[in-house]
Amino acid sequence: MSDREGKRTPLYEEHLEAGARMVEFGGWIMPVQYAGILEEHRAVRTRAGLFDVSHMGEIEIRGPDAFRLVQRLISNDASLAKGDRVIYSPMCYPDGGTVDDILVYPQGEDKFLLVVNAANTAKDLEWIQEQAEDMGADVAITDLSPATVQLALQGPEAEAILQPLTDVNLGDLGYYRWTRGRVQGTQCLISRTGYTGEDGFELYLDPAEGPRMWRGLLEAGRDRGVVPCGLGARDVLRLEAALPLYGHELGPHITPVEAGLGRFVRPEKGEFNGREVLKQQKEVGAPRSLVGLVMLGRGIPRQDYPVSRGDNVVGRVTSGSHAPVLGKNIALALVEKGYAQEGEELTVNIRGREHSARVVPLPFYSRKKKGVS
Amino acid sequence: MHIPEDLLYTAEHEWVKISGNRGRIGITDYAQESLGDIVFVELPQVGAEFKAGDAFGVVESVKSASDVYLPISGKVVAVNEELLDAPQLINQDPYGQGWMIEIELTDPQEAEKLLDASAYLKLLEEE
Repeated sequence: MSDREGKRTPLYEEHLEAGARMVEFGGWIMPVQYAGILEEHRAVRTRAGLFDVSHMGEIEIRGPDAFRLVQRLISNDASLAKGDRVIYSPMCYPDGGTVDDILVYPQGEDKFLLVVNAANTAKDLEWIQEQAEDMGADVAITDLSPATVQLALQGPEAEAILQPLTDVNLGDLGYYRWTRGRVQGTQCLISRTGYTGEDGFELYLDPAEGPRMWRGLLEAGRDRGVVPCGLGARDVLRLEAALPLYGHELGPHITPVEAGLGRFVRPEKGEFNGREVLKQQKEVGAPRSLVGLVMLGRGIPRQDYPVSRGDNVVGRVTSGSHAPVLGKNIALALVEKGYAQEGEELTVNIRGREHSARVVPLPFYSRKKKGVS
Repeated sequence: MHIPEDLLYTAEHEWVKISGNRGRIGITDYAQESLGDIVFVELPQVGAEFKAGDAFGVVESVKSASDVYLPISGKVVAVNEELLDAPQLINQDPYGQGWMIEIELTDPQEAEKLLDASAYLKLLEEE
């Protein structure tokens, strides 16, 4: 309980008051759980949960060459980040390895906001500055992370909870769209995005308003069963939805194509970092691919556990957990080409013993969309 | 934090209840609270022998796996099989229905090295 060093979000005191257990994550002291991971997970899948994700980094790029720079940095097509459309994209090194995976918000003419992983913020800033200099790009790059609180309200009740508090008609805000508006009187960037596999919103706002917004959302959503949720529940939720986590499914030695993110790699858009390698991997296949594993017996796979077929190790677990929504134990694993087919039976070595697992289609869990039976 | 008076404890947060040459073993209230929701338990086979300090089992929370160490040397004579289907019993009742194994003590003298309730409480206060 002594390794409590790290940055605090403006909601630190709120978390302590709510009885959170705090842990270090990505250089920040963050709540890992309040009432319990299973209970918080259930709240998000069936009602709503509120997450403090202020540790995420926000980097603004503005100037005449902003578009050109972003287009070089990311593998997705920056021209799709237009108007109210947010895009998700890997950001790669020239060898195709992954610097980070980010959200790109267009902010009008010559301006983009990149939302990056907490642990990568400093590295990303450096990388982006280096790339800008290399191109001789006329841009200003600003780290807005300290000036931003980010909250995520996630779950089937998220819209019903947020709607009475805002002047924005949320029914008009589609998935992966953003707008500006007031929530509880405070100016926010409101985005219909998330990292849980449920419908929901992410709010970006002035840190000074953070605690009031946090308390207000919990208060307003109480009747609909909203609870504060920590990083523990967030990790299980994202894993069930097969959303990648940098440092697990992505990293400097893992390409987005290997990680199953080929749809966010668009070689047809023209030159960008990693294009050559990624284009080839998309065309002829990557040496490894990310698969979903469901354990057939007992035992929970964890990161780095070896995955085998017979006597041969063919890959490693990147993330694993008990999946409450399935009542099963699951993993994402990077395996060699040829072992990724659905139905393939592999084994995971858990503490020295091989445990059977089957390759299943991803995601493990996807929500039922409204109006679709 | 619940710390029953009639048990002995380790600094690794296991408890043992000794009656005669038998010992019943589990993890403490503090341990289950720190781990969070327990979703899986791995137990040894009956007949397995362990020395004090050996890892005899594993409890896994949603987030992580933790070894459980034997407070005192012995041979496993019973395991709590209910935990295999209901690992949450450790969270709900760590000193009762959440017991993990029973052993036949190899060397009852080792009990002298364990912590009593007040020594364990003191240890928790220092953490």
